[in-house]
Amino acid sequence: MPGPTAGRATGSAPSRIPSVVWLVGPSVLLMALLFGWPMIAGIVQAFAGPEGFTLAHVERMVADPYFWPSVRNTLLLIVVLIPLQFALALAMALLLRTNPRFGGLYFYVWAIPLAVSDLAAGLVWLAVLTDRGYLNSVLAGLGLTPVPWLAFDNPVSLFVAVLVAELWRATALVLVIVVAGLQGIPKDYEEAAAVFGAGPWQRLRHVLLPLLRPSLQVALILRTILAFQTFAVAQALTGQNFPLLVGETYRWYTILQNENVAAALALVVLLLSMLTSVIYLRTLRQAQT
Amino acid sequence: MRVTQPTRRAFLGGLLTTPLLAACAGFDTSGAASPGTVGFLSTQFAPVEERQRYEQVLSRLPVPVAYNPVDAGVFRTTIDSQTAAGQVQVGMVGGLHGDLAPIAEHLADVESLLADLAPAGFAPELVQLARFGGGAAKYVPWMQATYVLAVHQRALEWLPPGVDPEALDYDGFLRWMQAGAAGNGAPIFGLPAGPRGLHHRFHQGYLLPSFTGGQITAFTSADAVGAWEYLRELWQVTAPASTNYAFMQEPLARGEVLVAWDHVARLIGAVGDRPADWLMVPAPRGPKGLGYMLIVAGVGLPVGGPEREKAEIAVRGMASAPMQIETLRNNAFFPVTSIELPADLPAGVALEARAVKAQNSADDAVLALPPVGVGAHDGQVSQVFKDCFTQICLDGRPARQVVDAQARVLSGLLAELNVPCWAPDPPNAVCEVG
Amino acid sequence: MTKSLDTGVPAGTEPTASGPADVDRAPLRRHRRNRALIQLGCIAVTLFMALPLYLVALAAFTSRSALDRFPLSLLPTDLSTETIGRFLASTGILASLGNSLIVGFGALVLSTVVGVPAAYALARYAFRGKDSYQLFLLFTRALPIVVLSVPLAQLFLSAGIYDTTYAVILLHGALALPTTILITASVFVSVPVDVEEAARVFGCTPAQAFRHVVAPMALPGIAAASIFTFVLSWNEVLGASILTLNRRTLPAQVLTSLNESPLAYRFAGGFALVVPALLFIAVMRRWLTNMWGTTIR
Repeated sequence: MPGPTAGRATGSAPSRIPSVVWLVGPSVLLMALLFGWPMIAGIVQAFAGPEGFTLAHVERMVADPYFWPSVRNTLLLIVVLIPLQFALALAMALLLRTNPRFGGLYFYVWAIPLAVSDLAAGLVWLAVLTDRGYLNSVLAGLGLTPVPWLAFDNPVSLFVAVLVAELWRATALVLVIVVAGLQGIPKDYEEAAAVFGAGPWQRLRHVLLPLLRPSLQVALILRTILAFQTFAVAQALTGQNFPLLVGETYRWYTILQNENVAAALALVVLLLSMLTSVIYLRTLRQAQT
Repeated sequence: MRVTQPTRRAFLGGLLTTPLLAACAGFDTSGAASPGTVGFLSTQFAPVEERQRYEQVLSRLPVPVAYNPVDAGVFRTTIDSQTAAGQVQVGMVGGLHGDLAPIAEHLADVESLLADLAPAGFAPELVQLARFGGGAAKYVPWMQATYVLAVHQRALEWLPPGVDPEALDYDGFLRWMQAGAAGNGAPIFGLPAGPRGLHHRFHQGYLLPSFTGGQITAFTSADAVGAWEYLRELWQVTAPASTNYAFMQEPLARGEVLVAWDHVARLIGAVGDRPADWLMVPAPRGPKGLGYMLIVAGVGLPVGGPEREKAEIAVRGMASAPMQIETLRNNAFFPVTSIELPADLPAGVALEARAVKAQNSADDAVLALPPVGVGAHDGQVSQVFKDCFTQICLDGRPARQVVDAQARVLSGLLAELNVPCWAPDPPNAVCEVG
Repeated sequence: MTKSLDTGVPAGTEPTASGPADVDRAPLRRHRRNRALIQLGCIAVTLFMALPLYLVALAAFTSRSALDRFPLSLLPTDLSTETIGRFLASTGILASLGNSLIVGFGALVLSTVVGVPAAYALARYAFRGKDSYQLFLLFTRALPIVVLSVPLAQLFLSAGIYDTTYAVILLHGALALPTTILITASVFVSVPVDVEEAARVFGCTPAQAFRHVVAPMALPGIAAASIFTFVLSWNEVLGASILTLNRRTLPAQVLTSLNESPLAYRFAGGFALVVPALLFIAVMRRWLTNMWGTTIR
């Protein structure tokens, strides 16, 4: 039956191996041809000095006053954002699974933020939260005092602003993956479980979630990697007051025009992303067995 | 699903194959692909309307020019990668001095062009800038600009007695802004201190020269510490949203702030729409004079670029008086040649022109330049001033401590460069932090 | 089954707390309450998701001066097509729209053709280096592409396809490959192997079994992946800006100018850029959810 372990052991059948190579090969080739050399050239920059290998760029990166705040903010945002996002996306997917009236329309509207580039998303939320923006307009209309949501000296409201905007922008990604995954799970299972007296929570916990694991795993890995890559929304809302690692990479590359330190920062992002991916792959496989 | 699938599939198939069948290398989006057209890559006039207006201005040239504005990062990447691959596809490049500095080694020597154009009367300090602190000139001055204050009429309500808005000093300005903040209930002054804002030019070209008479050589002086402490006081009555402002014309137009310092081309949007509401005034003066900064943009010819002859014709044309005037009229960048400004400028530009003239012809004017000869380090040198601002004004750290720490960063950068100082610092053989 | 219940009971016949029919109606009432709660939840999420988009659309069609006022109006009071008209009249808008469509669909085809077989292998075969392969795929998405700018552009320059849509198709196709492979694989996994084997028993070749049995069932995954690919390509700026010069895609052509334009233009441009992607999602949504109401009920 469908399940995350539904694979076929190839082991001793030698005829299988070429077919895997045929299936996987083109993707490896495309990636290697396209990114192989640029990546080496890009990464080498982080350690290249006038006299060969140097750690000066890494030291420069660490000494920058924005470096540690950006590490802290990046991790904080991911740790808080991703669980919230998954809870919301799962709730949204389950709402849709009950076949509500206008379900198709709801799904479409909920997928809309996917189409919005992060630059445009930053613009939208800036228009909402800025001092003379839509939110304060509503407050003023209700006779309340407008609040400077994005003031530099209020880190909590800055963080919440970035959090809400990112929740809006990127939850659709998780939702679409989960909905696509749910398509393959027959409702009979839940109905059978219900017949045997399982409550909604038990059905979710013991029937649906295990069957959804492949989709959740993929969504988790992709969402985390992409979360490490986004900064446009945070920059639009907070300027330099809520620096993120990738934003710092862009700042060093384009504004400070120091590609060496930018490459070192990019390596930090790469390492953090790969580390989390390995952890996800490991822990989720353990959970499987 | 079964019923409608064939039609859907046909639809999808159609959707997918049409562009593929028509697949070509792509459509021309700038006009430069047609032969005989000079591709003009630039960091200026990217905004929708400015670009449309400037394309109109360029259409007066005797050769077809395709204007292609990009941001500074893409600008540099494009020239660097095309040069490295030996396939330069850009006929001419235009940008601020700081945009051109990192790619100066890829630009052709334009001394002979400058010599031909000498009758136009380029200001000598601008030509000096184009030589990047020695050697041959790498660009022809294109246009110039500076920074002034825009003041909404309403702010005059809180003007303290004895303070003349047309001849401000920093103390009077501070008292005015304090009175304004108290009277308005919220700060009325704004600085472009966001990531895309130019506030470092305020520190480099206005604050420090006015208080210390220098930019680099007096960086750690007691006067400099006093300047930063002054700025901290001013920051108390500056709109906190300033850390997110890029172009001051927007908060000014929205009425979020009533007084702002910024680049003339970044103020014109607010002032030009309702000139009667606004006053444009020179920056305040400090104990050492009225520090102000000059911004120069230039056009250069990449080594090995296509359509060189036509590109040279275009560069010559752009130095002509009508082109210089049209640029000012349309996009608020000032001429670099010695020409009389016409009397019939648009009202907003006329206001600016008056303020600019008052500023650079003041008896005690102290001309400052953005870092000269530092090439790709311009961003990092400017970052030192931004960090001083952030740590002293926003984080509230002691000014002396911050200045000393940042002086070490600045010394490190300058030690790598080994360049002479630039105005207002005396042109010593090697620029050192003082 | 649910819809008939929902509509079957007229709104006026709300059961009261007392009465002999109380015992019979309790499940019905609970059911109705649940349906109402679900609708409430759906509406709340919809408001959160749609409101910002409404505000962009509103601002895109509001006159410039009205955007400078405070408080801002949340209702369409000062409609104007001036800014969006000026924006659409910018140089190269149509040409770059054409380029964007070519690149978007080209990248879609490329990443699907290369990615779906790989996804199938990932889901069906246990091969050595599977984890390394997945990490390899992720590797390319984990490095901020900005630091690759100059070498990437040089690569395409020396390959002779710089400043063509082919270059951007290759880049976007490759950038989308990890999402395509992983998402499609996650859906392949849940297609029962039995079905495929049954087809083989009945004489299908592996390729036929894939085409007639597996692919249709994996369609939602492929549809989801294609949405990501198209939208990624539609919104990608940096790569497209460094690989082209005179044949830009729409975002590469306009986003620089929008970033520095007055607020009204940023809204107008932001809205104009979103619309085509919305149309694409509207089409793709049908494949994504096409199993609802048919195989599953």
